Amino acid sequence: MRTPLYEQHVQLGAKMVPFAGWEMPVTYEGIREEHSAVRHHAGMFDVSHMGEVEVEGPGALAFLQRVLSNDVARVGVGGAQYSVLCNEEGGVIDDLFAYRLGADRFLIVTNAANHETDLAWLGRQSRSFDVLVRDVADRYAMLAVQGPHARAVVSRALRIELPPRFHVAHIQVGRRPALACGTGYTGEDGVELLLDPEVAVPIWAELLDAGVVPCGLGARDTLRLEVCYPLHGNELTPDRNPIGAGLGWCCKEATGFIGAEAVARARAEGTAEQLVAFKIEGQGIPREGNPVIRGEEEVGTVTSGTFSPSLELGAGMAYVRSDLTDVGTELEIDVRGKRRPARIASKPLYAKRS
Amino acid sequence: MAPGSSEGTYPEDLRYHEEHDWARIEGDQATLGITWYAQDSLGEVVFFDPPEVGATIQKDSSYAEVESVKAVSDVIAPLSGEVIEVNDALQDTPEKVNEDPYGEGWLVKVRLSHPEESETLLGVAEYRKLLDS
Repeated sequence: MRTPLYEQHVQLGAKMVPFAGWEMPVTYEGIREEHSAVRHHAGMFDVSHMGEVEVEGPGALAFLQRVLSNDVARVGVGGAQYSVLCNEEGGVIDDLFAYRLGADRFLIVTNAANHETDLAWLGRQSRSFDVLVRDVADRYAMLAVQGPHARAVVSRALRIELPPRFHVAHIQVGRRPALACGTGYTGEDGVELLLDPEVAVPIWAELLDAGVVPCGLGARDTLRLEVCYPLHGNELTPDRNPIGAGLGWCCKEATGFIGAEAVARARAEGTAEQLVAFKIEGQGIPREGNPVIRGEEEVGTVTSGTFSPSLELGAGMAYVRSDLTDVGTELEIDVRGKRRPARIASKPLYAKRS
Repeated sequence: MAPGSSEGTYPEDLRYHEEHDWARIEGDQATLGITWYAQDSLGEVVFFDPPEVGATIQKDSSYAEVESVKAVSDVIAPLSGEVIEVNDALQDTPEKVNEDPYGEGWLVKVRLSHPEESETLLGVAEYRKLLDS
């Protein structure tokens, strides 16, 4: 599948790669440059591959309270909230943002690879609620504009007012209704625009003219990894509990969501492994799947690893046996047969100097 | 200049291996590296993991790794021999592999154990044909 901006990516010379059934740009001029643009100025990502699901009806709130881990009742109209979608065993089906567009109307944004699974799950769970679950992925192109200058550039270039962080607003762009969301996946301030696919090309061009740097999935991954945002399929899977992933903060078991009992048990009893962030001391770049070693024993697995452009060293996240998760703990990462010394670091790995 | 922003170059005086490596042969020694195409496919090189001086490398087998931000690539030996020098400057400036793949971005120098192997390598015209196919 191709997003409405496919031709723009090709014209800009992007390296295109298959991702969750989509042909997506991994980089244009280089991951480091794009990464740095987002950390210091403004960059934009075509994230139109992400899915959108609309949940509407008198039972919308009760339904979402049942399927999402967070306390959805605390989100007012115009608010946004992060949650995980759990199965009965407390495993994570997906992680997502829910935007409250009206008293009885929500939009949730799914990971591209999980969109169909989420839809099937939500459809099945919705039967006992007075609610309509609709796949509206075709109605939206999605553009994430991120970086310390992102808001200023977007509001000037598109002549719109933007909502504060973790809020959503109805706006007009290119004379079409659109949604502006104060959310992102980079650790920087910014907005995510849900646009009519028809206006995606002119809006992209306007932002490009305004100096926003086009960024690909490569930089998206290094940016999120530096601030320790989990990625579904790596840190989050249907076999792992959100507590082990450090997402206890977005699980409100009192709401009785599906999986709440398993999550409450994990919270009380602890999990065998926990997700940690680590830095390589010296040379080497950790990669997904590398074993984590302590002495001669394998004590965990790397879930995401990269060269960190901001820190200029190898870093990543790993599930590690729970008794070895203190910050400062010395471990080794087996990078294709070479043991690379590493140390557990506090999250996030990268924090802006104030 | 960022990788991908200019057309590839392939010097006439080098011999090429189909795994996108080059060799500059001088008597019984050779300097080895990766081609413009290889560095462009990989993206910005951030780490070169070299073999040790004295190590034996074997034609068609991996002897080192180069890594970009998101990818690891084995470097295949175009010729067999003993490593006599490693480009240590790449530890601090691995980007030289992108900027100057046939010059400052060289990887190792070897003393050839089977100099006749060079006859199996490609000339520039043959290598370009491989890239176009």
